[in-house]
Amino acid sequence: MTLAVLDSRLPRVETPPAAKDAGRQDIAVDHPVYLARFGRATRWLHVVIMVTFLGLSATGMPLLFSEAPWARPLAGLFGGFRGAGLVHRFFGAALLGAVAWHVMNVCYRAFVRGERGLFWGPTSMVPQPRDAADLYGHVKWFLGFGARPRFEHFAYWEKFDYWAVLWGTGLMGAAGLVLWFPVAASRILPGWMFNVALFVHGAEAALAIGFIFVVHFFNGHLRPGKFPMDLVIFTGSVAVDELRHERAGEFERLRAAGAIETLSTAAPKPALLRRARLAGTAGLVLGLGLVALILYAIAQ
Amino acid sequence: MGTRFGLFVAAACLATATAAAGQSTPKPPANDDCLACHGDATAKRDDGRSIAVDAKFFEASTHGPMACVDCHADLATLNEFPHAGKLAKVECGSCHDAIKSKYRDSIHAYAKEKAGLVVAPACADCHGKHDVKPHTDPASRVYHTRVPETCGSCHAGIKEHFDTSVHAVALRKGDSRAPACADCHTAHTIQRADTDKWRLEVTAECGSCHAQVVDSFRSTFHGKVTELGFTRVASCADCHGGHDIRRASDPASTVSKAQLVKTCGKCHQGANEQFVKYDPHPNPRDYKRSAVLWWANRFYWVLIPGCFGFFGLHSALWYWRSKKDGGRS
Repeated sequence: MTLAVLDSRLPRVETPPAAKDAGRQDIAVDHPVYLARFGRATRWLHVVIMVTFLGLSATGMPLLFSEAPWARPLAGLFGGFRGAGLVHRFFGAALLGAVAWHVMNVCYRAFVRGERGLFWGPTSMVPQPRDAADLYGHVKWFLGFGARPRFEHFAYWEKFDYWAVLWGTGLMGAAGLVLWFPVAASRILPGWMFNVALFVHGAEAALAIGFIFVVHFFNGHLRPGKFPMDLVIFTGSVAVDELRHERAGEFERLRAAGAIETLSTAAPKPALLRRARLAGTAGLVLGLGLVALILYAIAQ
Repeated sequence: MGTRFGLFVAAACLATATAAAGQSTPKPPANDDCLACHGDATAKRDDGRSIAVDAKFFEASTHGPMACVDCHADLATLNEFPHAGKLAKVECGSCHDAIKSKYRDSIHAYAKEKAGLVVAPACADCHGKHDVKPHTDPASRVYHTRVPETCGSCHAGIKEHFDTSVHAVALRKGDSRAPACADCHTAHTIQRADTDKWRLEVTAECGSCHAQVVDSFRSTFHGKVTELGFTRVASCADCHGGHDIRRASDPASTVSKAQLVKTCGKCHQGANEQFVKYDPHPNPRDYKRSAVLWWANRFYWVLIPGCFGFFGLHSALWYWRSKKDGGRS
């Protein structure tokens, strides 16, 4: 039943009356047109981060909320504290590996292949003055004092998500390694840094879990314009109308550069859409379930 | 209750029978009747053991107003004296039934009644026999400060350790807040101390006095894992010792500076001087204890509410705008 509901929410490109919109005459409008947005590597990176993050949350929360009535049963799901610990370390290592791969990949693209625009410009993840202006314009639009900002390839809240994951993985990974190998860590760090590591690991975890499962879920998937989820991160392509509405800045830039044609791609196949919906639904349900457990623990 | 009722029925039957035979109803012997023989300090039974009861001690005991046959109930219906040497066991539980049921759950009752360990204690071994006194009486064998001596009459090796502890020192000074054996082990529901269950639960006993210390312990990995029910990591006694707990300033203490490397090294093989600078009882609100932890705490107290506050408001406004625009954005 859920899937049927999701199906009806699928992004579809309505065919607009071409005469009303002169700007659309240069693209085919008689069938849905999709543009490539995320490559295979990026999509898999998101899946790996999704799975490891959910796994890390589910196996770490019993310790962070050890007083909650669900702490023991949740750890028990992974075979008790030792099993949960093993799974936690496995996912931790996998996430660290995935993020390290990504950083190396970006470096490779920038310094070996000489790809431009990675560190500055409209398609860069690096925050720049435009993002401050977009945030200001977005809030003005929320309040009814202006038009919706014409967002570029990555909007400011997406950049925030990206850097939060990068910073969070680095910090929590470092703290996690100290806690994993305390005797080895004591060769470089004084023992009281274990206290700091545990505190930071827990506080950053609380922040990350809350942020991903509430803020990222809302911004990326659950808000009315996207509900129940945005499948682009799973399918890799976005309907051209959706891009035009969501990211007018990027659409205009692509059209001016004549890149619409080169980026256009076939609509995602039904099998891919099914897998995407399944992955997205599983992620949302599990993530919101963990948030419910935390709210229950806090309310106690 | 059952025993008493049984005795009552037996006495009633006997009374009926003797009345029918035209004899006088037998009266239970009064304490003076008993003391006629047992009051003699030199009285002995056939095998030479003393049967003397010091009336002064008994009358001063908490049971002083009671009759001998209230406890030695099988003599209440006897009218031939001297009575046979072998009497029924005194059943303290016929009055103290709540304590009896606690005792029956204890390792002492298990040892005595199930394992057949004849030296295991029953009531009188701790409380005394005819001189039973309330635990509030300083002369009682179970008075707070005298408990270690009483338990130590069997557990002599443990008492030797306990006597060196900070708790025993305080007890000897008469500090009534210092724990004696029963404060951790309970008085009547004493359990084996080598089970996971006991090792996990005794932390709460430490916390009943050292509340803040246990709170800080609960914020650590050790505290959280033990809270989840696993004994693989340290709880109080693993570092501080069980009976010979000493002040950290005492060089003989397992948590003294001199011994920490050895103590931590029990689990963390290869622990060194740097390693033991770990604080097993951290307090992020205590700047003097650890400035870095204090700052980390401050930082997240700003960052977490800041992030959720900002994006909470951001999301709420976005939701409101989207709904106004018909859900398209």
